[in-house]
Amino acid sequence: MGAPTLPDGWVVVVKQECETCRMVVPVLRELHDAGTLTVYTQDDPSFPDTPPALHDHDLAVSWHHEIETVPTLLHVQGGVEVARTVGWLRTEWESITGLGGLGDDLPPMRPGCGSLSVDPGLVDELRVRHGASVLRSRRIDIADAEDDLELMYQRGWTDGLPVVPPTEERVLRMLTGTTRAPDEVVATVPPDLVDVTVEKVAIAAVMAGCLPEHLPWVLTAVEAACNDDFNMHGVLATTMPVGPVLVCSGPGTRRIGMNSGVNALGQGNRANSTIGRALQLVVRNVGGGRPGEVDRATHGNPGKLSYCFAEAHDTSPIGTLASQFGVPAGTDAVTVFAGGGAQCIVDQLSRTPESLASSIAGVLRAMHHTKLVMAFDAILVLGPEHARVFADGGWDRDRILFELHMRLTAPAAELERGAGGIAEGIPVGLSTADLPKFRPDGLLLAYAGGGAGLFSTLIGGWVNGDTGSKPVTRSVRY
Amino acid sequence: MSTRTILDPTGERTVAERARLARPASLAGLTVGLLDISKPRGNVFLDRLEERLVSVGASVKRYRKPTFTKPAPVDLRHEIATECHVVIEALAD
Repeated sequence: MGAPTLPDGWVVVVKQECETCRMVVPVLRELHDAGTLTVYTQDDPSFPDTPPALHDHDLAVSWHHEIETVPTLLHVQGGVEVARTVGWLRTEWESITGLGGLGDDLPPMRPGCGSLSVDPGLVDELRVRHGASVLRSRRIDIADAEDDLELMYQRGWTDGLPVVPPTEERVLRMLTGTTRAPDEVVATVPPDLVDVTVEKVAIAAVMAGCLPEHLPWVLTAVEAACNDDFNMHGVLATTMPVGPVLVCSGPGTRRIGMNSGVNALGQGNRANSTIGRALQLVVRNVGGGRPGEVDRATHGNPGKLSYCFAEAHDTSPIGTLASQFGVPAGTDAVTVFAGGGAQCIVDQLSRTPESLASSIAGVLRAMHHTKLVMAFDAILVLGPEHARVFADGGWDRDRILFELHMRLTAPAAELERGAGGIAEGIPVGLSTADLPKFRPDGLLLAYAGGGAGLFSTLIGGWVNGDTGSKPVTRSVRY
Repeated sequence: MSTRTILDPTGERTVAERARLARPASLAGLTVGLLDISKPRGNVFLDRLEERLVSVGASVKRYRKPTFTKPAPVDLRHEIATECHVVIEALAD
């Protein structure tokens, strides 16, 4: 339903229960006598008795014309609002009407009251009543005897855990989290290559348990994952255990309550647990990427439910991962990485950066296989206590990466197939030089974790570069 | 209850269904495309297949995807479709 057109002249929206509205009734009479006035009343149809009011019984006028306060005075010309004031402020009312001496015996100003159309108890219902027509998705009615949660299991729409039923009310509320139009196409989702709209992402976000303020991050994650660089199709189809890992950077992570501290990669935080889950539900339900079908993972990993954490950007001595991809500090951004399960790196004794770098390099060298090099990227999540050792030694991000790469080369002969009595390895004769474990941009540094524990975490990647998947960083678009 | 109508979370796409071509009675005289998906040692398997196919009178054309991790590019699919009667795509893992 479209917005009702307002009549030309002066329009005032009131409600009887508002003291300021009752106070300005004499002014309404002055306007009625002086020109063309239309009064809409939100609650009592007999208020005010003079001049007579139209009853905005379904609050359509108030909703569509975004009345947040009563009284609101509008000046309408040719069906278009040209001026507005809220509450009672004599100078404003006189300016808009061009009349002098309005409400001489009233105080010069008095604030108004909240409009019924923004009453917290009504707003969700009104959003459905007046806004649901923007939603294009098919409606599915659930019979009285059906259990809505079980219905969604039966239709194959869950990741194994229950999902929140995506009602019109919930989806419309979710859409308040973004300024983007519901019918805007966000990305083309593999494997079925289906264009996904903001609305469908909002549905997945509801099902995952997101709040509206999480939606911009989910939308950004979908954009970052569904493109040729990240190659979500291949990430799904591979037999390796990887899924999209979301590293969220920037001050917005604090505003939406993300966890970058104790148990950052674990359970218990709503934003962390639901943003990554929403992405996976988009891939499953819109793209058609389901385990056992296109998803062929031999083992998978528990992070394929939701693998999403924030960086402690405000306390990080090494900046953010997004900065490694050129995103300016202070910008909200999501980096998506094709990663497997998290592996703990323990070193509780190193107090020099050199010693710690050698420890960490020892674990990185073994990632996936000690004899496989340059084929896989990794995220190294430095815990605060490890990062402090580097910071105290004066090592910044670039220095840490340089020193790790330095420690991660090996003679090609030791890596070849058959070397050391191990069939696995790089092709024989590929190189005679020393080879690095990681390609130059293949080691990603993030900073997160609780304040206690001399640990870091390794997230091993998948086939990298043009052949497989590249990490993708996108700024969050609100 | 307030949750009696929900919105469809799927892509709501309409799938185009096309009937498969009839299986040829014989491969003799037909052109068979062999698509190597670029997995290691896939060529070993396809070399052997080519020998077998040639021995039954088929002619063989070989194709290769740029990477096994992504769907075959549309140009490659078109090339195979226009040049071959039959295609064998080998998935190695």
